[in-house]
Amino acid sequence: MSADVAPTPQAPGEEVPPLQPAAANSGLLEVFRRRYLLKLLVRSTIQARYQGTFLGWFWSYLQPFVRFLMFYFIFQVLIGRGGSMENFAIHLVAGLVIVHFFTETFNGGTKSLVSNRGLIIKLPVPRELFPVATMLVSLYHSIPMVVIMLVACLTLGWAPDPMGLVAGLLAFAIIAVLGLALALIFSVANVYFRDFGKVTQTLTQFTTFSVPMIYPFSMVAERFEKLPWVADVYLLNPVAEAVLLTQRCFWIGTNSDPEAAALEHLPADLYSRGVIMLVISLGLLVVSQLWFSKLERRVPERL
Amino acid sequence: MTTVIKAENVTKSFTMQYHRSLKQIVLAKARGQKTHEYFNAVDDVSFTVEAGESVGVMGLNGSGKSTLLKTISGVMQPDSGQVLTRGRVAGLIATGAGFQPQLTGRDNLWLNAAILGMSEAETKRKLDEIIDFADLGKFIDTPVTYYSSGMKARLGFAVAINVESDVFIADEALAVGDRPFKRKCKQRMREIRENGTTIFFVSHSPGAVKQLCDRVLVLEKGKLGFDGEVQEGIHYLHYDEGDDGDDDEGFGKDD
Repeated sequence: MSADVAPTPQAPGEEVPPLQPAAANSGLLEVFRRRYLLKLLVRSTIQARYQGTFLGWFWSYLQPFVRFLMFYFIFQVLIGRGGSMENFAIHLVAGLVIVHFFTETFNGGTKSLVSNRGLIIKLPVPRELFPVATMLVSLYHSIPMVVIMLVACLTLGWAPDPMGLVAGLLAFAIIAVLGLALALIFSVANVYFRDFGKVTQTLTQFTTFSVPMIYPFSMVAERFEKLPWVADVYLLNPVAEAVLLTQRCFWIGTNSDPEAAALEHLPADLYSRGVIMLVISLGLLVVSQLWFSKLERRVPERL
Repeated sequence: MTTVIKAENVTKSFTMQYHRSLKQIVLAKARGQKTHEYFNAVDDVSFTVEAGESVGVMGLNGSGKSTLLKTISGVMQPDSGQVLTRGRVAGLIATGAGFQPQLTGRDNLWLNAAILGMSEAETKRKLDEIIDFADLGKFIDTPVTYYSSGMKARLGFAVAINVESDVFIADEALAVGDRPFKRKCKQRMREIRENGTTIFFVSHSPGAVKQLCDRVLVLEKGKLGFDGEVQEGIHYLHYDEGDDGDDDEGFGKDD
């Protein structure tokens, strides 16, 4: 080796980086550190969705709108579930937004490691990146439906109120954190046993019917008046809680008598339940990160 | 001299069959067969690399070179022992992995640079250099799905070879494409060498190792069979024998 080899390309006076394990990974903190890569990954996933189509992002608005029309027609007009409720359509869409955000995050997140196999087995990237990216992409894809709902609400004379905004943000926070936690748990499990993809699909089938979307919460309370614990168990579902919070944000205000509607169709301790759910979700996120870190060692060879 | 790579008793084993179904496991147990078989791809390998060294890794197919490189790049963790590295470890591994077919060459360039660890400012600074190197002309703004394999290779290479790393690693040919492009690659590799960047790469080409490296590691079925002078190492592997003509991956100035 020649004796006058130039020193390694570092600016003079710069500190020499420490010698550390090659595969060091601080999990979600690492994802935050590489947020530039996360941003690009999210952006490229979003761009890729409608590449090659002529109408592009128009489809992001058309699809939810058609779904909303279908649900409205069947449940309000045909079955008449909306009955005594005003603006049942808004009640429904509020639920749809949350259900959609949750199921897309959960399903997509579960598959995220397996579908990015090519990248993971060859290049060092923090693997939590993929479930996080999935959650952010789903969040982004919720926007068109929220926009449609906002327009509809404003037309009906709704005006945003501070508590409502808090409720709405709380709802999205719960689902974002919960969805991410579940995505972390199931994505790595799916690498070991591909069955988990199917398990997730089966579980998300329940979501549509276990939340007060196509029927109001008051119906559950009424039906099981003699067994009040049923309503309590029902409310243990964080997705149901998030749906109720979103309805507080958007739907309640469109009623002619918001307070009466809130009394009838929302549980009494809505906000405290919401906060508890958020705390539980954060706890689950911590657990899911520990689970992920433990199992991700063997992910490259298992993919 | 600062140590930039330190491998200590690195062992990595793989299972031969991961996804056995319940039925297969039950049948195997009933027949008294083993349900899982293991083998050590990398077996108790230890070495250190100092800053500025240029090390080649050679070995027959299946000797564990790629696995070793994966533990060094950080994709895999050793089952026992440890691998320590200093600074940014990047280079020519899986060039083009992570290419999204629907995006343009330019967008994929940004994405690939980010995957390899470059920040936004860095990428912006080297953008022209990379686009120049890839030499795709107007095609840089066409979706990658329409690229020929040569174009994809050139783009992947252009990004990877322009990452400013502290340790440059490579697990593939150091020069691809047509003659002019190969010449550019070789020129760039010489520049990297002259800059004093530590080089650590896997190669099947004794010519490349001879011209670029001052030290060679030879792996044999996962174990480190030889660590030392290039000529001796090549001889150890019997790569200097045979009359079928050496390869063309020479790195001389007139190649």
